[in-house]
Amino acid sequence: MIEVSHLSKRYGDIVAIDDVTFSVDRGQILAFLGPNGAGKTTTMRILTCFMPATSGSATVAGYDIFESPMEIKRRIGYLPENPPVYLEMTVVEYLRFVAKIKGLSGRGIKTGLDSALEKCTLGHVSGRLIGNLSRGYRQRVGLAQALIHNPDVLILDEPTVGLDPKQIIEIRELIKALAGEHTIILSTHILPEATAVSQKVVIINRGKIVAVDSQERLSAQVRKSEKVSFRVRRKEALVPQKILAISGVHQVIPQEADKGEGAYIVESDVGRDIREDLSRTIVTNGWGLLEMKPLVLSLEEVFLELTTQEKDVEAASFSAASHQATEENQ
Amino acid sequence: MRNILTLAGKEMQLYFISPIAYVVATVFLAVSDYIFYSQVQFYSGFSLQARQMQGNLPQLNIHDAVFRPTFLNMSVILLLIMPLLTMRLFAEEKKGHTSELLMTSPLSITEIVMGKFVAVLWIYFLLLVMTLHMPLILSIVTDISWKPLFASYLGLFLMGGVFLSMGLFASALTENQIIAAVISFGILIGLWLIGVSAHNTGETPLGQFANYLSMMDHLDNFVKGLIGTRDLCYFISMTVFGLFLTHRVVESQRWK
Ligand SMILES: Nc1ncnc2c1ncn2[C@@H]1O[C@H](COP(=O)(O)OP(=O)(O)OP(=O)(O)O)[C@@H](O)[C@H]1O
Ligand SMILES: [Mg+2]
Repeated sequence: MIEVSHLSKRYGDIVAIDDVTFSVDRGQILAFLGPNGAGKTTTMRILTCFMPATSGSATVAGYDIFESPMEIKRRIGYLPENPPVYLEMTVVEYLRFVAKIKGLSGRGIKTGLDSALEKCTLGHVSGRLIGNLSRGYRQRVGLAQALIHNPDVLILDEPTVGLDPKQIIEIRELIKALAGEHTIILSTHILPEATAVSQKVVIINRGKIVAVDSQERLSAQVRKSEKVSFRVRRKEALVPQKILAISGVHQVIPQEADKGEGAYIVESDVGRDIREDLSRTIVTNGWGLLEMKPLVLSLEEVFLELTTQEKDVEAASFSAASHQATEENQ
Repeated sequence: MRNILTLAGKEMQLYFISPIAYVVATVFLAVSDYIFYSQVQFYSGFSLQARQMQGNLPQLNIHDAVFRPTFLNMSVILLLIMPLLTMRLFAEEKKGHTSELLMTSPLSITEIVMGKFVAVLWIYFLLLVMTLHMPLILSIVTDISWKPLFASYLGLFLMGGVFLSMGLFASALTENQIIAAVISFGILIGLWLIGVSAHNTGETPLGQFANYLSMMDHLDNFVKGLIGTRDLCYFISMTVFGLFLTHRVVESQRWK
């Protein structure tokens, strides 16, 4: 449904995205995961034909982004980073306007409006001025705007930003419910969100794709230990044993090295920096430290930035569940 | 066409909600009425004198004595206030991120530009309609000739098209409304002053060209009651040129 190949975008000297390639099948949800400034918004703006790419190509719903932008625009719903709302309009006026410019008419407007209001639970604020709504409600109006014409493809840039934990769960449920009928790309910089919602995760960092995979496979790759490699002048049989004695270390793996020298990789508990203890052990034993460096794969590096705490959401999901339980008990 | 009307409808709604259109209309009508009133006063004093001197003074017709100076002054006020009407058109969309909605909806840039232009032209039309009370009041007390009046209004309307298309262009250049207004003042005053300098450069080809570019003389022809193709062509082509520039700017901003 969406094919992106070798897409690049430069702003002057800044390379916003570099050789990005991925695809999304019909009815799938793809999460675009990356830290701030990774190039998520840029990629989405290119796919929605808001701006052209510097090089590369992409097709959305079978149409080329350069050759038939109009056909694509007819078939996509887009929630930009900032909800594109007119603050002086009421929710209904605004959504009716959007329905018209998306090409709906007559009864289509009415049905689109009603279903969008219902899906985003906006019914009770439909007559209010958007400018008077809270940040989270504006975000929902933005989402309703993207859904109103029932597009084949939904492109949602950080759809849950600014929502409270309970709303985050509702919106995630909504997005999951929309899959199947719609093909969805969403961006997020929260790892748990990507894995909670999508079938496929694309991790992007500094404009480059770091990994494309299903969420199970990615989770398996997430590090379970800290790794440090070091090299010593004199290889001795006692090295592994002495290093294992350092607290937190659970494995020492010997590596190939030049004649007489020793090279090892040390695995230790996550979050514990053993380098200081390690170097002290090497020096006191007089093995002759030549080199020591932490081993961080780029994927892990990115994950480290992405694995933000989601306690709030978990707490809310718990309290929502218990709330429901108490209601049922009554 | 349908899209243009939808976009224009939204734009008008925003005009009627925001105070700026009301402020602009009030100031414009107040100042215009004041000018009109002083012209009428001057004229009645003058014709009283003329009667006392028993026709020794040349007869001044009411159109040339009252409406022509009123409309010429009105055009200067319009030059000063129209940028306030157009400044928000694109600047606000960019600042409020709603341009992302418009540019990712199945709308052509021509439709977006025309939607805005039609809306603001309609607002301007309403503004002109509101000044019709001047000739209507005067027609109660004296005979007035409607033909040159019609030509004058046509001239004012067409001149407004130029003002608005240039203002639209300025608004497309920036996301800051104040800057947009200042740029369109610049353009309009430039188009106005080029006529003043043209009078000084005289009959050289450059002077003639500058003369043609200047709005003042073209408007004056209409206000005198003359509807000439040259003047019609001038106003319409300048308007189209402004819209064309706007289109180019909006288009090019995608590529930034
Ligand atoms: N108009 C622009 N001009 C210059 N550079 C830009 C422009 N827009 C984005 N960039 C740069 O392109 C890079 C990618 O930006 P982008 O907005 O796509 O990141 P993002 O992944 O959406 O980040 P965030 O999570 O903060 O939304 C950044 O380095 C940014 O500074
Ligand atoms: Mg972004």
